[in-house]
Amino acid sequence: MATLELDGSTSRGRVPDTRPRGTAKEAARTAGRLLPLTPAIALMGVFLAGPIGYALYGSLTNAALSGYRAANPEFVGIDNYTRLLTSGDFWHAAWLTLLFVGLSAVVGQNVLGMFLAVVQNHAPKPVANVVGALVVGAWVMPEIVAAFALYAFFASDGTLNAGLEAVGLAPASWLIDTPMLAVILANVWRGTAFSMLVFNAALAEVPPEIGEAAQIDGATALQRFFRITLPMVRRAISTNMMLTTLQTLGTFTLIFVMTSGGPGNRSTTLPVLAFQEAFKLAQIGYGTAIAVVTLAVGALFAVLYVRVLKPEVD
Amino acid sequence: MQRTRFAGIAAAAAVTLSLAGCGSSGGSEGGDDAKTISVVYQKTASFTQLDDVLTKAKSEYEAANPGMTVELKPVESEADQYFTKLALMNKSEDTAPDVIYEDSFQVRSDAAAGYLAPLDDQLSGWSDWSQFDDTAKQAGLGDDGKTYGVSLGTDTRALYYNKTLFQQAGLPTDWQPKTWDDVLAAARTIKAQVPDVTPLNIYGSKASGEATSMQGFEMLMYGTDDELYDTSSKKWETGTKGFSDSLGFYQSVFSEGLGPSQDLALDSTLGSQVSTTLIPQGKIAIAIDGSWLPGQWLSGDNAWPEWQQTMGMVPMPTQTGQAPGSTSMSGGWLLSVGQHAADKQAAFDFVSTALSKENALKYGTEASQIAVRKDVATDPEYLSYNPSFEFFSSLVPVTHFRPATPDYSQISSNIQVAVESVVTGSATPAEAAKTYDEALEGIVGPDNVQAAS
Repeated sequence: MATLELDGSTSRGRVPDTRPRGTAKEAARTAGRLLPLTPAIALMGVFLAGPIGYALYGSLTNAALSGYRAANPEFVGIDNYTRLLTSGDFWHAAWLTLLFVGLSAVVGQNVLGMFLAVVQNHAPKPVANVVGALVVGAWVMPEIVAAFALYAFFASDGTLNAGLEAVGLAPASWLIDTPMLAVILANVWRGTAFSMLVFNAALAEVPPEIGEAAQIDGATALQRFFRITLPMVRRAISTNMMLTTLQTLGTFTLIFVMTSGGPGNRSTTLPVLAFQEAFKLAQIGYGTAIAVVTLAVGALFAVLYVRVLKPEVD
Repeated sequence: MQRTRFAGIAAAAAVTLSLAGCGSSGGSEGGDDAKTISVVYQKTASFTQLDDVLTKAKSEYEAANPGMTVELKPVESEADQYFTKLALMNKSEDTAPDVIYEDSFQVRSDAAAGYLAPLDDQLSGWSDWSQFDDTAKQAGLGDDGKTYGVSLGTDTRALYYNKTLFQQAGLPTDWQPKTWDDVLAAARTIKAQVPDVTPLNIYGSKASGEATSMQGFEMLMYGTDDELYDTSSKKWETGTKGFSDSLGFYQSVFSEGLGPSQDLALDSTLGSQVSTTLIPQGKIAIAIDGSWLPGQWLSGDNAWPEWQQTMGMVPMPTQTGQAPGSTSMSGGWLLSVGQHAADKQAAFDFVSTALSKENALKYGTEASQIAVRKDVATDPEYLSYNPSFEFFSSLVPVTHFRPATPDYSQISSNIQVAVESVVTGSATPAEAAKTYDEALEGIVGPDNVQAAS
């Protein structure tokens, strides 16, 4: 509402000759209405736009953690970006990021979250409660705790191998031989609860009469799910998809604790690469450039989801 | 309606004002109290000796200077993370420490970055300074020729080997390897004869940080015919045979399963594990490591009195036994004063207290350092304290120092990248060397490298 009125007042402001007195009044009104927004805008500017702008500037310098370039970083234009785009490491990390986001967030968390939500809706109450508590337990854990727990699970002398040995199977070095699989499973475990909660709420909003009517018409359970339930919770799915994608794109702690991006660079996603370049190899400027690219990728995903899934249209 | 709007405006104004208030009140707290000296240093499960000495120095200093407080801020992390943490603390005036425990290879870099204060004025008035030997004085020099730190001691590196395991494998207990192949041959014998033991530990991961560069790669590289940096032309070498041969040694060790398993090799706590558990428990047959190891076996939490009978020490041979036959690397740590220290004289006074003869002797013996104070090095208590001192001091004639340039720390990180890529099998030695060469040129610029002839 407020935005509509504000737009109206500015467009009227462009034709001052016709209503001079009104314009002054309108301007005062606009100013009055904008004033309550200033703290919010100022906060956004200082804590959101500011750092992004600073990061953009930082990515155009050769700032380092120590040495002469720490004291006097030089402006190097887009050098960092050209170096980045011609670097094999970067494309490798970009590919792993895509894999990580695609498999753990888009597929893993969403599909498993939907499955659990549906099961919860149909299962007897005690079962649903226990499953819900277990899944949410993984999610309420602070990321660092979850990451340590998962490290302890996948480590060579960890729970998983102990379990495999107990049933007579050969243990494996999961974090060494299949680092991407380990971190993807870890992120699915950790993030599914969020999707489950979102879908649970969405499914509860679907009126049961529609499903019943379809059932009377002879629709199978699968048909009802894909033809009726899914389209009706489409908006929840798209919102959830966007949130999990963006959250997974920025996942650092989980991967860093479990594998540190290794062995070699076999689980180095973009955030881990940015950290390594900036703080291990001491190239703050170059690391910042990677972070900026990650930000751009996130924005791209957001736009993509909004366009493709059109959450607002019914 | 009208009233509501005014209320809204008033509320907005109030919020804005209170936010502005927050901003200004936050600033005044950061100002460093000139009466407090903050000391930042490293402390790990296997490295507590410095903490002991600094705690002692704190009480001495506070007793001698009433009104002054020394705030000890140990950073409990392995060396690699310590450097990162330190650099970030140094970047802001509010968090920059007054006294810094600084690795000698970081001095030039941090001095160039403006993190450290030159100490020449203070040192000229300190009578003990003449007791420090030339190596120690060299270690504290910045690019501008000023001194930025006072040395706590130096070290050398060599091969440790477990005589019990050697006996089990039928190897001589007075082992004398003459070439790299001798070392590898012994490791192969161990692998064949003694199961469940790591035949040879050599650091080879990014997570092990400088240990990979110094206890690992450079112990090999400086035993070849090539070097990393040509001191006469002041240029970095690219494409040398020595570089790829050194990586080749790693390839042999890890592809043949002579080294630690991958998950152990890539663990950032490997260094602590090696000295506190793996060597004492007889899980490692041969280890390339530093002279400070016996320090923690002598007393304290990790005491291991049997080490003298169990462990043998022998110099690291050169690649093919070329003169002088063996090699070693030397580094060491210093205490520096931060550029943002509120009272630099007070900070230096604390440094000189911590490095008085008595404290230097305590640290030198307990942390198993090669003493750099002449009065400590000749002290009978020092000489009789640790039977390994004689061996490690004997390596001084063949030892090497890391290239003293501000770029070294960054270049060293790229050495670690190259080594880890070979250790994990994701690159061949030639490929890893090429990646290193490219990164090197990116750091120092094409004018400062020279291709191997």
